[in-house]
Amino acid sequence: MTGRSRAPTLQAVRTRTRSTGAVHPALLALALMMLLALLLVLGTLVGSAGLQWPGSAADAVAQRIAFEIRLPRTLGAVLVGALLGLAGAVAQGLFRNPLADPFLLGSASGAALGVALALAMWGVSPLAVQALARLGVTGAAFAGAMLGVLLTLALSRGVQHTLRLLLAGVIVGVVLGASKDLITLARPDVLQGLQGFTLGHTGFIGWGACALMAAVLLPLLVLAWVLGPLLDGLSLGEPTAQSLGLPLAPLRMALVAALALATGTAVAQAGLIAFVGLAAPHLVRAMVRTTHAALTLLSALAGAVLLAAADIAARTVVAPAEWPVGVMTAVLGGGYLLWRMHRGGLRSSGGTA
Amino acid sequence: MSTPVALASEVVALQARGLAARLGGVEVLHPTDLTLRAGRWTCVVGPNGAGKSTLLKALAALLPHAGTVRLLGRDMESLSRRERARTLAWLGQGTTGAEDLSVHDVTMLGRLPHRPWLAAPSAQDQAAVRDALQAMQAWDWRERPLGELSGGERQRVLIARCLAVGAPVMLMDEPLANLDPPHQADWMALVRARVAGGGTVVSVLHEVGIALQADDLLVMRSGRVVHHGACDDPATHEALQQAFDHRLSLHRVDGRWTALPRA
Repeated sequence: MTGRSRAPTLQAVRTRTRSTGAVHPALLALALMMLLALLLVLGTLVGSAGLQWPGSAADAVAQRIAFEIRLPRTLGAVLVGALLGLAGAVAQGLFRNPLADPFLLGSASGAALGVALALAMWGVSPLAVQALARLGVTGAAFAGAMLGVLLTLALSRGVQHTLRLLLAGVIVGVVLGASKDLITLARPDVLQGLQGFTLGHTGFIGWGACALMAAVLLPLLVLAWVLGPLLDGLSLGEPTAQSLGLPLAPLRMALVAALALATGTAVAQAGLIAFVGLAAPHLVRAMVRTTHAALTLLSALAGAVLLAAADIAARTVVAPAEWPVGVMTAVLGGGYLLWRMHRGGLRSSGGTA
Repeated sequence: MSTPVALASEVVALQARGLAARLGGVEVLHPTDLTLRAGRWTCVVGPNGAGKSTLLKALAALLPHAGTVRLLGRDMESLSRRERARTLAWLGQGTTGAEDLSVHDVTMLGRLPHRPWLAAPSAQDQAAVRDALQAMQAWDWRERPLGELSGGERQRVLIARCLAVGAPVMLMDEPLANLDPPHQADWMALVRARVAGGGTVVSVLHEVGIALQADDLLVMRSGRVVHHGACDDPATHEALQQAFDHRLSLHRVDGRWTALPRA
């Protein structure tokens, strides 16, 4: 997938002549941040009855809906999107593959199984209810996601082989998915609750969840920035990275841990949101060519913009009802990727595509 | 290199004892003893699948192997990762990836073993990168992303990446792939300069005609080093003919040996 084999598209010509890429990374960051601020305001103002200015219906109830429900919900969508965008860039760098998805390591299927188990146990025994009350569906999803990644790590016997890690992730995904299906077969009553989770939702995110996600996101952004140069080294392949003296095993471990934490946290709060993690890095790469440190931060921003926009769209398209936001991202993200492919191919960060 | 040029040829750059490697249960490199002196350019030649790349990787400790390797008189195992990376630079065959990084960024990766983690590149790093890119005539398009380059341009950048390490010992696997004759000549002049300065270069080359311009040849066949000798030695030529089933014709042109395939 090198430039050689491709007809010179307009983009390639432009990049060649301007030589530094179409947009400067800092400019893109600024544009995305402004867009994000706009979406936050819009997300707070748009309700089931359309756009509502705070001044126009200045009763206390409208104020409370805006600040207790819509603002944390929109902010939650921003944070979930940022976590998924970051995870997508990390996954694509780790696996040197532009098709790598943050859910690859078994976190999605693990989380779904965790939620299915939690819902099925609800009401089975008072003990289970007690445990669930403390842990919550969110905790069950997070625990399931971590379990999925740990299983993948155990099956691949550590992080020595990237390809084995990838295969183990796929296998764990299939097995845990089947286990979840068995539970839903035995207890069809959990299906409805589970559906909300598997389709992705942002409606239940409150201020507490926002604080939690921010607390996870900020250290991960720092970690991604710090590991960026090592990911650049890894992009020339593992033997070259090794010859440059990079600590490959600890690096892979740190990246897998970051992936697990980011996806686990996002999935626990918002369910399985499709395509954001895959599309966000592509969106960034279509506009700038840059190092992994910048790519990861920009992907987090792009993911945030994508999910905030999808959340607002999901609320307004069929208002006063709403679509699950995961359906919206699948439609938007999938549509975008299709358009990109039609326009002249997806670019890879690695060479293994 | 602090080693005086006069002494360079007596210093041993790489010494392997019982070096062997397996791939998928098959021994692709049989136990090999090897002594490569510093200040020389050695070419590894042999038929496809002879184990040339495996030998290079095993020497660079990039794959699991049996036996020991001493690098400039010190046991490889006793060197730290970064120390080893500063002393021995390795260039892989047909390296892919890093499409989004600029030519300058890719070359700067060669300075990773010298840079403290998270530190900005020093003036010395910048100078090494500039020198390497200028040597490969890639300095003028240093801001272009790697993914937009032709195969030959890309290879020049990858060579520059290897040069930028500034290691006294360089192992290069098919460095001349996709290069046009002027850039092949540039690369050979560069190797000559490094070797004259006491450096050591080991390269795998599939073009025997160019490999014969080196100081020494390592002839490999079926996972074994079958001959190690000077390029102008008749014994080396005989080993070459045997390794390639007598399908070469060797000629002396302008005082240098070269080889053509024979029908």
